[in-house]
Amino acid sequence: MTITLRMAWRNLWRHKRRTWLTVGAMIFSNLILVFSISLQLGSYQMMIDNSLKSYTGHMQIQREGYNEEPKMRSSIDAIISLAGRVRDQLGNESVAARGVAFAMTSSEERSYGLQIIGVEPEYEPKVSTLPGLITRGGYFTGLNTEEIIIGAVLARNLRVGIGDELTLLGSGHDGSFAAGIAIVTGIFESGIAEIDRSMAQLPIGYFQDLFGMEGRGHNIVINAADLSEVESAKQSVSSVLKDRDELVVLDWELLQPGLKQAIQADFTSAWFMYGVLIVLVAFSVLNTQLMSVLERTREFGVMMALGVKPARLGSLVITETAVMSGLGLAIGALLGIVMTWYLSIVGFSYPGMEDMAERFNLPDRMYPSLSILSIMLGPSVVFVFSLLASIYPAIRLFFLQPVTAMRAV
Amino acid sequence: MSSIVCKDLCKTFQQGEEIITGLDHVSIEIEAGDFVCLSGPSGSGKTTLLNAMGGLDTPDSGQIQVGDTRVDQLGKGPLADMRLHKIGFVFQAYNLIPVLTARENVEFVMQVRGEPAQERSHRSHDILKEVGLEGMEDRRPAQLSGGQQQRVAVARAIVSQPALVLADEPTANLDSVTATQLMDLFVELNQHHNITFVIATHDTRVMAYAKRLIKMRDGKIISDEKQQHPSTVVS
Ligand SMILES: Nc1ncnc2c1ncn2[C@@H]1O[C@H](COP(=O)(O)OP(=O)(O)O)[C@@H](O)[C@H]1O
Ligand SMILES: [Mg+2]
Repeated sequence: MTITLRMAWRNLWRHKRRTWLTVGAMIFSNLILVFSISLQLGSYQMMIDNSLKSYTGHMQIQREGYNEEPKMRSSIDAIISLAGRVRDQLGNESVAARGVAFAMTSSEERSYGLQIIGVEPEYEPKVSTLPGLITRGGYFTGLNTEEIIIGAVLARNLRVGIGDELTLLGSGHDGSFAAGIAIVTGIFESGIAEIDRSMAQLPIGYFQDLFGMEGRGHNIVINAADLSEVESAKQSVSSVLKDRDELVVLDWELLQPGLKQAIQADFTSAWFMYGVLIVLVAFSVLNTQLMSVLERTREFGVMMALGVKPARLGSLVITETAVMSGLGLAIGALLGIVMTWYLSIVGFSYPGMEDMAERFNLPDRMYPSLSILSIMLGPSVVFVFSLLASIYPAIRLFFLQPVTAMRAV
Repeated sequence: MSSIVCKDLCKTFQQGEEIITGLDHVSIEIEAGDFVCLSGPSGSGKTTLLNAMGGLDTPDSGQIQVGDTRVDQLGKGPLADMRLHKIGFVFQAYNLIPVLTARENVEFVMQVRGEPAQERSHRSHDILKEVGLEGMEDRRPAQLSGGQQQRVAVARAIVSQPALVLADEPTANLDSVTATQLMDLFVELNQHHNITFVIATHDTRVMAYAKRLIKMRDGKIISDEKQQHPSTVVS
């Protein structure tokens, strides 16, 4: 150990309590930062995943061009058997075919224009949370039954309940007139007014009859086990589509551009909080080091009188801060890792989270995800800001006159 | 050859409204190898003169030459370098870095001078032995008596063999026996290493050791005489 390092270390312990208070503040902030950032980065994944699993899916097979301009005629032939082949290829049940159309939907009293989705009753619950959000009635009883599921807001608007009949009027695949009836068998509450107001589902067999689809549909929704496996699943799906040139596989970033940014922007307030925490630590360091420099005025004066230059004394002060911050970093990050690691295994929930989870058919626990980034980001910023905070006390030494400093008590 | 030449030094201090005279047209020459005492009552300007010679404080006017160097013309950095490399300082008290042991105190300044580690540990050991602190190298200042602390300060001042040692009231906090021992050490170093000593003091025990005794009052030199039979080391 060099003399400077030895001096720095011993100087810190001249005021044990003061040093521990400052180091304690660092430990506390680092602990909080490691945990929160890990949780936050973990929740990005979770929120993206949840958002996709509610309806869009991790990826979709579509006819090329459908995503840009969703036309009735941009459809996929023999969609149900294709969905079956994809399911076999992936060894994964979370694959479901859908058709999309528009229809004027009327009860005895009122009419509304709706988006009508034809779904596979057996597989749709595996790619979407919507079927799980049915609060009255139930899901479809068959592939071809004349049944319809609508949102709670729409049910109120149409003044219908379970067992009531709705009339659907729209245009079919070939542009011809399409008309039919369906019995309301389920009412869902997604909590998203737009969906609860303007979306309805039919079993895909009946949907195809009604709209003259002749076995066609518009997309096949596919979920991978989790977000990180989307890419490999996409490769695997592409191999099933080798002989279907007109079809493409689109992943979620293409299907929902902006989702990632929207979710990350949601955390701006968290970043602001971290900023406040870091500034508080920096001020505590500034205060500590300013006091420690002031009370050593005479000592520094003697050293300067002997010919030690201010730069050297300044670097002593910064070394002291670095040692202190290093302690705070090591202990804080370590405790943060232990705590976060534990919670990443057992999960973490906040009051009210379970209610929300139940209402929106979402997971009821969050799992922070530890990574080098989530461990090091917070503590290293704290470290850097602590060092920055000690620059001012260090710079003050350049204005010290040895003679005046030595006259100080 | 003169070691120190001061010509017409003036220095005033301002304290509130009051202008205080520190040095009032002081001129002296001190020869290399001399052993000089600056004496005079408190406030007479001893420290101010010593600080001017050592480049710790700049006079308002006048010239100072130490060896070949015009001290009054140097900037802050070169002054610090001169103090570091050419002059040994001993102050009244609390000279030492409290968190460092006796040995580390000596080595620290050597390290700042850029002396190699091997040399540092070797010479610090020898010099502490020479000032009579063998076996106490690893004590911190708080574990040493006032006299022992001053010896560490002396060791630190002379370890790199400066031509000049400036001491400001080095015995002020010492009892008579310890003060005498410290002066004996100074005389010995003056004789054996040919180091020039300028000691500011109002302690008559110290003045007895001076080869040359300069008396000051109100920032002026009022007498300057060679002493024929200064006290010498009894060994
Ligand atoms: N930095 C200073 N500010 C104001 N007055 C000072 C300062 N340094 C010295 N003085 C004044 O200058 C005079 C000479 O001081 P000094 O050289 O310390 O005397 P001595 O060392 O002989 O006691 C004293 O009156 C002292 O109060
Ligand atoms: Mg004085």
